[in-house]
Amino acid sequence: MRPIIKVNNVSKQYRIGSMKASYGTFRDALAEAVRFPVRKLRARQSQHETIWALKDVNFEVHPGEVVGIIGRNGAGKSTLLKILSRVTEPTTGRVELYGRIGSLLEVGTGFHPELTGRENVFLNGAILGMKRAEIERDFDQIVAFSEIEPFIDTPVKWYSSGMYLRLAFSVAAHLNPEIFIIDEVLAVGDADFQRKCFNKMQELRKDGRTILFVSHNMQAVTRLCKRLIYLDAGVVVDDGEPSEVSSRYMGSSFKSSSQKRWNSLSEAPGNDIARLLSVSIRNESGETTDTIDIRQSVAVEMEFEVLEPRHVLVPNYHFTNDEGAYAFAACDQDPEWRRRSRPLGRYVSTAWIPGNFLSEGALRVGVALSTMSPVHVHFFEENVLAFQVIDKGEGDSARGDYAGPMPGIVRPLLTWTTEFEPAKDAATQLVGDSAS
Amino acid sequence: MTSNAVTASTFRESALPDKPLIVVESAGTLAGLELKELWNYRELLYFLAWRDVKIRYKQTLLGVIWVLIQPVLMTIIFTVFLGMLARVPTGGKPYPLLVYTGLIPWTFFSSAALGCIYSLVGNANLITKVYFPRILIPTASIMARLLDLTVSFVILIGLLLYYRFVVHYPLTLTWNLAALPFVIILLTLFTLGLGLLISALNVRYRDVGVALPVLIQLWMFTSPVLYLTDLVPAKWRIYYFLNPLAGLIEGFRTSLLGGNLNIISLAISTAATLALLVVGAIFFRRAERSFADVI
Repeated sequence: MRPIIKVNNVSKQYRIGSMKASYGTFRDALAEAVRFPVRKLRARQSQHETIWALKDVNFEVHPGEVVGIIGRNGAGKSTLLKILSRVTEPTTGRVELYGRIGSLLEVGTGFHPELTGRENVFLNGAILGMKRAEIERDFDQIVAFSEIEPFIDTPVKWYSSGMYLRLAFSVAAHLNPEIFIIDEVLAVGDADFQRKCFNKMQELRKDGRTILFVSHNMQAVTRLCKRLIYLDAGVVVDDGEPSEVSSRYMGSSFKSSSQKRWNSLSEAPGNDIARLLSVSIRNESGETTDTIDIRQSVAVEMEFEVLEPRHVLVPNYHFTNDEGAYAFAACDQDPEWRRRSRPLGRYVSTAWIPGNFLSEGALRVGVALSTMSPVHVHFFEENVLAFQVIDKGEGDSARGDYAGPMPGIVRPLLTWTTEFEPAKDAATQLVGDSAS
Repeated sequence: MTSNAVTASTFRESALPDKPLIVVESAGTLAGLELKELWNYRELLYFLAWRDVKIRYKQTLLGVIWVLIQPVLMTIIFTVFLGMLARVPTGGKPYPLLVYTGLIPWTFFSSAALGCIYSLVGNANLITKVYFPRILIPTASIMARLLDLTVSFVILIGLLLYYRFVVHYPLTLTWNLAALPFVIILLTLFTLGLGLLISALNVRYRDVGVALPVLIQLWMFTSPVLYLTDLVPAKWRIYYFLNPLAGLIEGFRTSLLGGNLNIISLAISTAATLALLVVGAIFFRRAERSFADVI
């Protein structure tokens, strides 16, 4: 199968300073040239500190693929999109595009506040590469999609930011290239409109368009993309199935967060009734760890000090997966302390999550202590802990011998039963025999 | 790197061209002019010019009338001070006609050049976000000024009719008039060539934007805007015409008011215009590749 996008050894070098608005003065350039004509020529590159925003990036995208690009700020995502959309060119390397390209590095590029909505639709459409006849043909649809019909002849400076974005996105949604390059456009508008945009993206995907997009919305990326490319410091670190790449990305984002200790009571989260002292993730051997085998149980532990007696206190934990989805919550059910007020002292409350229950990937844990009637939260440290669940694929987890990606927030190992009645047919018997 | 190309696709693979439609790579020092690409983007050029015009007049009370007021006011002032008080020799021509026919091409040139120089920096948001040939931006900025030039002809025609039929100044239609479109095209191309050069320079060196208004002031006095070239001593006149605008402004005036068209000066202007246009376009094409990085 032939790719529609080929990225070969693409590198991009920036002079430090030239990434931000820094321009030399003409006088400097003249003075330099006059004073050190030879040196200037020779040392042109080394004179300034340079950084590689991208270094030897290679990948191919096939028609109909939807590829997400993730990475921290400064990882080179935007530079890559800029090269792909021809805004800037690579220092070395080559990109080949086998289709028309529509790039949306920003919503409403070229919108002018003084112009009316109608005028901006035409201008923006032309800037994004639409022909005038196409814009005229789709104009009514664009306006209908944006839901701002009554204001289409009002200058956009009077628009609310929501209306502005709706109109801008509507124009973009009616582009018709084979390859879409999109940066963060889903992060606009209200929930209703976002859903609409998301559906539009799904539609494009079903249409077989090739989409490449950068977003910080991990859930959107993983839901929409069949493949993720993880960039770090200008290098492709990982490229593959979303669930795996995003776990790796999330994993490297929280370093050493498998335990936390507060040094003094005054800094610790909490109130006059109780304060949190430390939290940790432990494995079956009692060691603090941030990586847990999917088959092993894992302990979440909190240590807290009760400063005021006679309160019924319920420790509770909140689990969020790497896509930002709320996996589950758990409240302390230790029978010894149920509905019983706690005397002064230090407590360590541990919850055991059984093995073969969590899914692969990163889980973040929020730690809280509450009184239930009436509800009062003494402390709640959101996402204070994180750990990775890994499956070594030895065949005895819920995956069995399947090695591909598996969706789902939990992955319990269920009890399976089979009823079997041998067939009377001789032919079937033979197949069964040879298989065993 | 793992490749996951197995995703199902409804896209017809056979529809993919054998050769890439677009190649993005460092073009080195060789950058073609890509005239075919420019032709494909002609609609965007029109929209950008249209936007420039719209925005310029959108919030002004008098709108397009401002285009008329500026040269008219200048004509009145120069007529009073230079024509009536200083008595600049006019070769028998009415001074208001002389100065207005100088100011029309001059105002076009200076406002287009000044508008051009900030055009790229002013459109930085476009340049860093979307691809199109950047040459469209300064070109559109100049095209928008052509509309002003057209509008200023309204006053010109009125002025000519007034002098012909009220003052009875002997104006006649001559074949010189045939040179007028030619002069206007040359003037536009000259402005474009200069505009490409300075707008690209201004992206990297903002000094250019500071220096140009001063230079343009000086340029006005070394061009036959407020006086006739006859004022320049004959032995220096050939050097005087090395200024390409001298021939163009002189040509503009002669084609309207009559007199002998100075073929030599027009030839110099034509050569200079073509040279500047080629140099400007090549320089621009080379510089535009780094616009997004340095703007």
